[in-house]
Amino acid sequence: MVRRFPLFAAWSDLSRERRKEAISGYLFISPWLIGFIVFFLIPIIASFILSFTQWNIVGTPTWVGLDNYRDILTTDTRFQKAVQVTLTYAAFYLPLEVLCGIGLALLMNQKLRGIGVFRTLYYMPYVVPSVAASLVWVWMLNGRYGVVNTVLTWFGVQGPNWLENPGYILPSLIMIALWGVGGSSIIYLAGLQNIPEVMYEAATVDGANRFQQFFRITLPLLSPTIFFQLVLGVIGVFQTFTPAFIASGANGGPLQSGLFYMLYVYNRGFVTLRMGYASALAWILTAFILVITLMVLRSSRYWVYYETDRSANK
Amino acid sequence: MAVTKSYEQPRPAARPMRLTPQQADTIEKVLGYASLIAVAIVLVLPLYWMLSTALKTPEQTFALPPEWIPNPIQWDNFAAVFREVPFGRFILNSFILVGLNIIGELFAVTLVAYGFARLRFPGRSILFLIMLSTLMIPYHVTLVPRFILFSRIGWINTYLPLFVPAFAGSSFLIFMVRQYMMSIPFDLDEAAYIDGATRFQTFWYIILPLSRPALMLVVVFTFVGVWNDFLQPLIYLNDPNLFTVSLGLSFFQDVRDTNWNLLMAGSLMASIPPLLLFFFAQRQLIGGISVEGLKG
Repeated sequence: MVRRFPLFAAWSDLSRERRKEAISGYLFISPWLIGFIVFFLIPIIASFILSFTQWNIVGTPTWVGLDNYRDILTTDTRFQKAVQVTLTYAAFYLPLEVLCGIGLALLMNQKLRGIGVFRTLYYMPYVVPSVAASLVWVWMLNGRYGVVNTVLTWFGVQGPNWLENPGYILPSLIMIALWGVGGSSIIYLAGLQNIPEVMYEAATVDGANRFQQFFRITLPLLSPTIFFQLVLGVIGVFQTFTPAFIASGANGGPLQSGLFYMLYVYNRGFVTLRMGYASALAWILTAFILVITLMVLRSSRYWVYYETDRSANK
Repeated sequence: MAVTKSYEQPRPAARPMRLTPQQADTIEKVLGYASLIAVAIVLVLPLYWMLSTALKTPEQTFALPPEWIPNPIQWDNFAAVFREVPFGRFILNSFILVGLNIIGELFAVTLVAYGFARLRFPGRSILFLIMLSTLMIPYHVTLVPRFILFSRIGWINTYLPLFVPAFAGSSFLIFMVRQYMMSIPFDLDEAAYIDGATRFQTFWYIILPLSRPALMLVVVFTFVGVWNDFLQPLIYLNDPNLFTVSLGLSFFQDVRDTNWNLLMAGSLMASIPPLLLFFFAQRQLIGGISVEGLKG
């Protein structure tokens, strides 16, 4: 009977010694296991059930079936706005992040004296707390006193009133996020440094110029890193909260142009205390992130270059 | 972003050129430094502006056109931040939370990573996979139910929701330390067992000391993560006496919307601890990140 469960079967096959080892094993991982159940598994199941209820945290939840999902997907205009804002941001930010990330990494990968100083300088913004980073940018983007517009006037450009103007909120937030691009550049840099020097030497002997070398060697060999960063980037973009909260306000600023999805979840869940509705919103977002991540994964075989079998790498 | 050469070209003489190799090399270097410096100016400007505003009088702050160098230098702004808001309290609170989280992560991460790296038990690979998959699930799905859980047991407006989960270990850090422990030769464990050491002794006296570089990373990542966290303190804390630096700063913005010099002084002070930590730990940090970067 017991044999039907592989775990028990495996258990009964173990020697006395191995059983002792297994027990220690479970003890060693128990902090994580308990935490996983209490802080992850139970909440995630609770969240799923709650998404079918209406509940303002006091009183008892009322079962409403699929009403939350129906309302969100059909009549909720703020949901539509949040999706539109987040997707627009993602469409511009992610490619820019990859481009700037690689560009910065190429700069940092030069074999020049004092390069370490530049690496430090480039990475620094990434370590600045996001509240402080957002605040300094809000100040720099001030339409009247902001230094960004001052610099723009040197080039004869009359800068907009960035964060007060619905059309410029997203570009502002993209700028703020790109300031911290040094964080991903370091990972691209690691990718660059893993490319064997001999490849470039061979290419030079064969008469390949810089551009050919970049597009035929650097980019393909960097593609696994780009892929990894893109997956992280997708998840990160949909979780954007702090810069939007600080720069455009909890409600998303003028015309809600900065109403990021997470801001909306926060408003529903923790400002208006609609727990069921917020749970449904969170689940829709999760499903969405999963679909996008799977799409990136699926697409990877067309553009990600793996030198050897992936399983052999680990 | 300019595509700059990312490697040293061994013999430029291999191609026909009008410039001598030395000249070409000099031009490359000049261009390399020029682009490095240009980008550095853009990236450092916000930090400079933070510093410069932090040292200005209110009149200078709103001078038109903006003044680049504050004159006179208003050192008192930093003291004023502590007078205007309980900034000392915020800093202390952040350090308390950072400390508690570091203790929690070190405790859980080392034990769990050792379990996954060194001990064999049925279900190990499945559990490890489950742990990895939690990295892919966005944290916001658990945000609402966790809040409900913690409010039910009366943890709202306390630090408990902000540090107790650390004692379960973060999946990412466990993964990182486990990978590191995997690289320590098993012969060492074997030798310890032959000498009669228990599993815990092997863990404590052999594996743990050898994992010190990875544990440094746990400390750095936890410090920066907790210090910079905004959303969780925002959700769980209402009492201004409990506010962390990040949360306190954001309220400072609401209350004193126009005092940009003080706000920047506060932001600068909030940025100093993670920046300092980064300077001191940068070698391990960048080494550790490159290991992590390989996992794609």
